[in-house]
Amino acid sequence: MDFLNALVMFANFVFLPGLAYGAQLALGALGITLVFGILRFSNFAHGDLMAFGTMITILVTWWLIGMGVTLGPLPTALLALPIGIVGAVIMALIIDRTVFRFYRQQRSASIVLVMASVGVMFILNGIVRLVIGPNEQRFADGERFLITVREFREWTGLAEGLAIRLPVAITVVVAVVVVVALFWFLTYSRTGKAMRAYSDNEDLALLSGIDPDKVVRVTWVIAAALATIAGVLYGLDKSFRPFTYFQLLLPMFAAAIVGGIGQPIGAIAGGFVVAFSEVTLTYAYKRVLEYLGFAPEGLVQLLSTEYKFAISFVILVIVLLIRPTGIFRGRVL
Amino acid sequence: MSNFRKIFAASVAGAALLAAGAASAQEEINVGIILGFTGPLESITPSMAASAELAFSEVNESGLLLDGATLTPVRADSTCIDNAAASAAAERLVTTDNVSAIMGADCSGVTIGIANSVAVPNGVVMVSPSATSPALTDIDDNGYFFRTAPSDARQGVVLTEVLTSQDITSVAVSYTNNDYGKGFSDAFVAAFEEAGGTVTIAAPHDDGKGDYSAEVGALAAAGGDVLVVLGYVDQGGVGIIRSAVDTGAFDRFALGDGMYGQSLIDAIGDDLEGTIGVLPGAEGEGSEMFATIAGEAGIDPTSSYTGESYDAGALIALAIQKAGSADRTAIRDALLEVANGPGEPILPGELAKGLQILKDGGDVDYIGVTNVELIGPGEAAGTYREYVVEGGEFKTVGFR
Repeated sequence: MDFLNALVMFANFVFLPGLAYGAQLALGALGITLVFGILRFSNFAHGDLMAFGTMITILVTWWLIGMGVTLGPLPTALLALPIGIVGAVIMALIIDRTVFRFYRQQRSASIVLVMASVGVMFILNGIVRLVIGPNEQRFADGERFLITVREFREWTGLAEGLAIRLPVAITVVVAVVVVVALFWFLTYSRTGKAMRAYSDNEDLALLSGIDPDKVVRVTWVIAAALATIAGVLYGLDKSFRPFTYFQLLLPMFAAAIVGGIGQPIGAIAGGFVVAFSEVTLTYAYKRVLEYLGFAPEGLVQLLSTEYKFAISFVILVIVLLIRPTGIFRGRVL
Repeated sequence: MSNFRKIFAASVAGAALLAAGAASAQEEINVGIILGFTGPLESITPSMAASAELAFSEVNESGLLLDGATLTPVRADSTCIDNAAASAAAERLVTTDNVSAIMGADCSGVTIGIANSVAVPNGVVMVSPSATSPALTDIDDNGYFFRTAPSDARQGVVLTEVLTSQDITSVAVSYTNNDYGKGFSDAFVAAFEEAGGTVTIAAPHDDGKGDYSAEVGALAAAGGDVLVVLGYVDQGGVGIIRSAVDTGAFDRFALGDGMYGQSLIDAIGDDLEGTIGVLPGAEGEGSEMFATIAGEAGIDPTSSYTGESYDAGALIALAIQKAGSADRTAIRDALLEVANGPGEPILPGELAKGLQILKDGGDVDYIGVTNVELIGPGEAAGTYREYVVEGGEFKTVGFR
């Protein structure tokens, strides 16, 4: 019984939050890694593209709720999500046409594109704040829980409870569906194969008749869609605030690099590595250990929670020192 | 060339006229109101500013200040959290707007910053309605800093009394990671442990994050009967409570003054039932009269720190009258005299009476909304309102 209590407590405070956060980071990191693999630069505007897509989704959600359209127990934002994706895709394509294409045609060095993306980041940042404001927005409606702590305790008779929040469940389901679809697309579809070929060897791909403009367009469509999905899931699970999304850039990049940048599978692994490192290192294990028969003196907390962001940095530094190519030997798709 | 000379002469004459105009409009006394109109307290600052301006307009309507002078409020944004921005805004008030005194600032961190870098060096009186950090008691202020809100050292003791009266002996504390939260938490932990209680953990939380599950995980691991949240209602404080409710970590909460606001009940809902808390505020004739005049002016008198704000504005006006001029140092010297006895007691809505008495050379003892009595280096002794959340509303239990 005590062992079960320990397990439930660990699941409630470490495993489920880590799982949801990891899935959200993984989707964000996938977009970063795709842009890096195909367009060959680190897109610093990704976090704000996320915020932009989420903002459109929120505005459409409010409009739908105003019209009386809801999804019942599910959050209305899922209905608005496709429109948010379309908005983010259009924005990404406009940015590529007006900013990145110029530098691509100039065959500028990668760092020039990175700096351009920093500029894009600031502009997107400003647009989002102008339209929806810098404050926190909560847009999750419908049911909040699949299982509440109280229900869980009554069902199982355990002292500890486990809450499964609906946004967490949605995050996991949507992430699995999106990742499976993406890998199917990259592996089997004609365009997906073209993208991989282009990423592997640009000149060879051009010689074999692949349309580079189309590859670039599709990359942006996928990256913007992934960013919006990740952003909406994060916002449903936690809350939307432009500054928080900007800050997500760091853990997302850490995830992409840890997994091996340019490797989609690496982005997913990296997302979970970063998320679980953050959660497990800052959790205080006192009560869990007490259930397991230990009697710790202190809180058994490795790092105070204020250091959460530092963990992404530390992981990044360790990986770059020990295995610069990341877990899955990144560089190309 | 002669044409140029003519234009030059004309502009000199024009400038002289402008200067003369400025001199004759000397009756207008600018008073700065520096509050966090953006940032963590943005939902309560508009009512605070309106309350101070209510005191000013009461004074202006009476026409009794000095020789028919009027007080003009000049608003500035303290941002509550950004010291550089707050100091720049205060600098603007002091140099460009030439204010005679400043009502503000709101949050303890920026208040300390403004006092140290702008108000004290320039010799401008600051009357803060809501900066409650114990650290402000000890700053080197040359007597220029006053506050109508009591120090959190006192609030820590009051919150302890409320908890022990309900036989709560074990608590976890989560405080906002700034001067206010740290000072308040230290004061509360000291008072609670002295009263024989146990504080299992006192951990900070950062404002403006999307996710507080890690913070709540640590608090839950430490345990405790009640979670004491000393944060801001529009910021991390509400995130901590939401996450604690979602994960079932705590089901009872005790709140510091920064957590009082309707938006908290709107955000959390039924799970907040039974939450207890304290808030500076007074009962009696003063607060009833303020409720009437604030209601007429369209201000919610129960919003946080409205009474303290009105009192801060009224004290500045009375001190100007007592000093007989809008001179900055004279205001400093007169302020304690009008705030404390002896003299005719003055309630809210009676500012005209107070101004008349001072004009005739008499003494006043400003009571105001919050029973103003400035002790030590010019800070309020303070009474607190104890409340409990019942049926989706804040219900007043009593005063301490």
